Amino acid sequence: MIKLFKQKEKQREQAENAHGRAPVKKQSAGELRLHKGVSGVEQWRGLGNMSELNLPKTSTIAFPNGKDDLMNFEVTLQPDEGYYLGGSFVFTFQVPPIYPHEAPKVKCKTKVYHPNIDLEGNVCLNILREDWKPVLNINTIVYGLNLLFTQPNDEDPLNQDAAAVLRDNPKLFETNVRRAMAGGYVGQFFFPRCMVGSK
Amino acid sequence: MAAEAATTSIDEGLNEDGGRWKDLDKLILRPGTIVGDNFEPGPELKENLMKMVRVLVVGAGGLGCELLKDLALSGFLNLEVIDMDTIDVSNLNRQFLFRFGDVGKPKAEVAAKCVMERISGVNIVPHFCRIEDKDISFFDNFHIIVLGLDSIEARSYINAVACSYLEYDSDGNPSDGIKPMVDGGTEGFKGHARVIIPGLTPCFECNIWLFPPQVKFPLCTLAETPRTAAHCIEYAHLIKWGEALKRAELFGISGVTYSLTQGVVKNIVPAIASTNAIVSAACALEALKIMTDCSKTMSNYLMYNGTEGIHSKMTAFDRDKDCLVCGPGILIELDISVTLSKFIDLLGEHPKLLLSKPSITHRGNNLYMQAPPVLEEMTRSNLNLLLFDLIGKIPKDIIHATGTTSINGKRTSCLRKLRVIFKGTAEDVTDMDTMGAVYRFVDKDNPEFWGYPVPKF
Ligand SMILES: [Zn+2]
Repeated sequence: MIKLFKQKEKQREQAENAHGRAPVKKQSAGELRLHKGVSGVEQWRGLGNMSELNLPKTSTIAFPNGKDDLMNFEVTLQPDEGYYLGGSFVFTFQVPPIYPHEAPKVKCKTKVYHPNIDLEGNVCLNILREDWKPVLNINTIVYGLNLLFTQPNDEDPLNQDAAAVLRDNPKLFETNVRRAMAGGYVGQFFFPRCMVGSK
Repeated sequence: MAAEAATTSIDEGLNEDGGRWKDLDKLILRPGTIVGDNFEPGPELKENLMKMVRVLVVGAGGLGCELLKDLALSGFLNLEVIDMDTIDVSNLNRQFLFRFGDVGKPKAEVAAKCVMERISGVNIVPHFCRIEDKDISFFDNFHIIVLGLDSIEARSYINAVACSYLEYDSDGNPSDGIKPMVDGGTEGFKGHARVIIPGLTPCFECNIWLFPPQVKFPLCTLAETPRTAAHCIEYAHLIKWGEALKRAELFGISGVTYSLTQGVVKNIVPAIASTNAIVSAACALEALKIMTDCSKTMSNYLMYNGTEGIHSKMTAFDRDKDCLVCGPGILIELDISVTLSKFIDLLGEHPKLLLSKPSITHRGNNLYMQAPPVLEEMTRSNLNLLLFDLIGKIPKDIIHATGTTSINGKRTSCLRKLRVIFKGTAEDVTDMDTMGAVYRFVDKDNPEFWGYPVPKF
């Protein structure tokens, strides 16, 4: 390719001489197309994400960093049935630069009494980890999260206590969920209020 | 003084008879039968290789150390190396340019210095930073980029940078700005070397699926029902890493971050020096072949596996024609007076696109988003503005659009790369005059170009 590079160089010089212009440093082609540090790839991935977005009516999406950062956003779920009816739960989504090769990182920002979500906000949802496939998307995750609230399960526990209560005493589980959502203690742990319309 | 000394030693290197370059001479001074199409053996080629060609080596770790040494000994005398890491004591077993006394110093600087001391005539400029920290113009002056990285993200980034230089003619053939890359990678006893010539061979993004997703265990298994040793380690890594922070506080140690935790955990995969050496040798040879045409390059992906015996396999992967990074995209010629709203309508009418309800982004700037409603609201005011103004009055640039199109009667969402050119702008005229052969403009009145009835723009 040395030959090709030299030819291109020569062409450019000739073109400049023919026009009697002093050689001006051409703005880099790369510079025209990319922002330093943002490969553009990330951006169109974000764009693809948003155009495919078809969220369940129980959810809303927000962009804390403004319209140009589509790789970090928050989804708020307000379950319309089940134990968590009336609650409002915020999830942060961090879409990795190589999405969809890798799943987004999802955390529950709202402290919740839930068998499949621990008190640090880690979520046990198979498609977020072991069952992630590049054909899946944000919708699948949001629907999956929604399902966790309408059908919490005691088989994949992250919060062992909550799972045991759900399995052995669903009535008590319901009471605990209500208490946590209203703002209060369940066992030794305090849960801030997270009801819809909460102040 | 120093500069003068360097020049002298390059000349010495060039004139060294039967010495350091004896083997290189056999490759590039004599004609051959399996050489590349543009091969012109002789002293001029050698001089260009040594004096003109500038190589960027990304990474100065296990593979990077090997690459710098191999490239320098192959006649690439103008090298630059970039790496954000400092030397750790655990690197010393394989990153052979580093000594115990170098621990804590930047890898790029020590590696550059060491190779310059050992190989006379070579000049290596070190950069102690992340590749993302460099201005894009930093990459302008390199003829070839050689990658010795261990992260998919960094590869994806540099690939996008290299491909962004690519120019296409109106037939969708690459016409200028080809910045070749050679990519090496190793993990334990396995490795790969590949040649990426943007526009001609698949880019990193064309077959990113080659990199298997990392095995991820279910969180609940890690937390509640671990069954293997790996489960236990992952548990500590993912769920209990906060404990590391507490422990560090207790002992007054700073620097425990999540990324460091990940780095430490990732490093438990043992790196094998011989794998680095083999992969690096393949990469350096390909770089020499690409630049001098002394032989045809590999086509295009070499896998190496030394786990049981030694096995290697070459695969010629195909380009993804619609690749958003290296593909030509769809050429659209526009008047300066086109508003964003009008542009969106045009994409719906364009016979090659027929995109309905497209969202538009330009260089990380979302110009218009159809959904979700919160973004639509934020971007709606752009609709009546001129597209030319919105993209910063750049005469020709790449815009991405995503929307739905109908394929065999089925609505499918798709993402498209568009090359827009504004008629009558300075760039337009200059290119037509001076580089007619390079930028041929679309004769949009010629039905052959569209393959359809001519649309009215
Ligand atoms: Zn590609």
